[in-house]
Amino acid sequence: MTPSLLAQDPTLADFGRDPWWLVLGKIVFAFAFGLLATLLGVWFERRVVGYMQVRPGPNQVGPFGLLQTLADGLKMAFKEDILPKAADKVVYFFAPTISVICAVTALSVVPFGPMVSIAGHHTPLQVTDVPVAVLLLLACSSMGVYGIVLGGWASGSTYPLLGGLRSSAQMISYEVAMGLSIVAVFMTAGTMSTSGIVAAQGDATRLTIGGYEIPAPGWYAILLLPSFIIFFIATVGETNRAPFDLPEAESELVAGFMTEYSSLKFALFMLSEYVAMVTMSAVTTTLFLGGWRAPWPITLWEGANSGWWPMLWFFGKVIALVFVFVWLRGTLPRLRYDQFMRFGWKVLLPINLVWILVLSGLRSIEGWDWKGKAIAVGIPAGIALIATLFWPSRKPQPTPTTQEQVDNRPYGSFPLPPMDLQVPPSPRITRVVAEREPANIVAGSDSREV
Amino acid sequence: MTTSTVLAAAGGVSGGEEVTFWILAPLALIGAIGMVAARNAVHSALWLVLTMLCLGVFYVLQAGPFIGMVQIIVYTGAIMMLFLFVLMLVGRDSSDSLIETLRGQRVAAILLGLGFAGLVGTAVYNAMDKTTAVGLDQANAEGNVQGIARLLFTKYVFAFELTSALLITAAVGAMVLAHIERRKQDKVDQVSTMRARFAPGNYPGPKPGPGVFATSSSVATPARLPDGRLTERSTPDILPVRELTAQETTLKGTDR
Repeated sequence: MTPSLLAQDPTLADFGRDPWWLVLGKIVFAFAFGLLATLLGVWFERRVVGYMQVRPGPNQVGPFGLLQTLADGLKMAFKEDILPKAADKVVYFFAPTISVICAVTALSVVPFGPMVSIAGHHTPLQVTDVPVAVLLLLACSSMGVYGIVLGGWASGSTYPLLGGLRSSAQMISYEVAMGLSIVAVFMTAGTMSTSGIVAAQGDATRLTIGGYEIPAPGWYAILLLPSFIIFFIATVGETNRAPFDLPEAESELVAGFMTEYSSLKFALFMLSEYVAMVTMSAVTTTLFLGGWRAPWPITLWEGANSGWWPMLWFFGKVIALVFVFVWLRGTLPRLRYDQFMRFGWKVLLPINLVWILVLSGLRSIEGWDWKGKAIAVGIPAGIALIATLFWPSRKPQPTPTTQEQVDNRPYGSFPLPPMDLQVPPSPRITRVVAEREPANIVAGSDSREV
Repeated sequence: MTTSTVLAAAGGVSGGEEVTFWILAPLALIGAIGMVAARNAVHSALWLVLTMLCLGVFYVLQAGPFIGMVQIIVYTGAIMMLFLFVLMLVGRDSSDSLIETLRGQRVAAILLGLGFAGLVGTAVYNAMDKTTAVGLDQANAEGNVQGIARLLFTKYVFAFELTSALLITAAVGAMVLAHIERRKQDKVDQVSTMRARFAPGNYPGPKPGPGVFATSSSVATPARLPDGRLTERSTPDILPVRELTAQETTLKGTDR
């Protein structure tokens, strides 16, 4: 990487120097990005799911049906706003607002691009950055749970309450897995600021793990593959998307926490859900997919990582991730609640902890000579290998034959018909067939199958 | 060095810090008062959330961004959420009664509270009046997060590990206490289930739903058995049995 390109990386010192109109402009941009992403995201999802299910999807309103969401949104705004009698009015009103605010706030620390110059000001394409930016993201998602829980509670009926409780339990559980997978990123990047993490992913020489030079791309999705997979799964759980959309499981809970919501309040919940999906894609891009940095074939071009171009790469990555979200929804069936919880706590969490342990071990032997490294890596690896080889495997139980199963039933069980019972054809069936046959002209050869 | 560090390290109180403080300090106080004054337990919890959020922002203002974020994630995000869980499961209509069990308790509490606040406020004011804050730059020299991490994993590592061991013990203890182990002999097999089902005095068939052959489709209306008797088993136990009015029992005009 040449020094001229490295200078494009914003550091923490570059923030907080903008004039007020530039700050305002960035905030408006981030907000508009969230809203536009929702408008297009709903359309995108419906079209892609439609394509996957071999049907056209919305294609009537506007070119390619692009304005369908706008039409739906307008229709929703003019619907009757129902306030249930048993609702807690203030909390009922505020719950969707909390959801939207938290979802949109998270966008403020997402880096959209490198340093650019706007009207003579040299400024990073990011609203702001703090040393604890990633923690701010976690804080936003943990505050977003309030919107759902309070919405469920304030509705004053049973289904929303159950949906709200389910949803918050889900989000809190998957937040743990999510936070742990970010730990690996912190350890490798050595910083919690989003711009710093993006910069660290561009700098391949800093990303030697265990002393082995791993060439670019320094994307953490490749270097920290287990963390990336777990983070993305947790993201799907965190945004309440299929296959983890248990909170609003239509077939069980009507619509979960938003059962009683209608009109604009429902629209706000829906908005927050889609903004959260886009925000999470953007965060995944930032933390694991190199942020606004161009992927390999584009980097052959000198100016790929400077100026306004990186915004394009960034949006491309975000759209690709949103596509994966939609793809998952179109492919996977919904999990059962206990399967979902077991997966989060008994699979994702232990794997994450072991991976962090391994990673920190590798990091701590980085400075050793090759002999020490070989011993430090070889002994645990050997122990793990031997343990897996000699781990006592459970003997497969021979499946009992049907006769054995019948013999082993306790005294007093239901009487069983004999095993070799031939069921005689019912006389009624033959009569029905005989009566029908004159009318049924073509079915003459099929009559035996009845 | 972030904006907030610069704000707090400037010696005095900078403009932005002051504005934020005077906006959030009343909010924090209102939250605290509302938490005590609210009659509904969930509202109480929400007022407390407001106060905690304000405190988190104050920490950030005081050049402690890490502790501020942790305050928001852990206290507001996790612990208060746990509180809310319990409160919601208790029931949404459980509001406090305003009857004083001890005469004059409220007045005494207010007076004592004001006195305590006055004492603490005066003491803190006197202690901090002529002092100037030093050492913030040294503490945050290599970054706020790094500074805290260094302290936690060197000087206070024992206390830190001990606290985490304590927390894990508490969690495991709670799980052990709440766990119910099913004994093997408590398992009911198919044979004994069927014996219990066909035992004398037990009706083996499915229960009729409410409103079967009845004059009303209400869930509170018991169903009729084939012999014309009402069966109380068809209505849920939690519903109050109510006497139907004459108007409700008369035919609805569908027979004409």
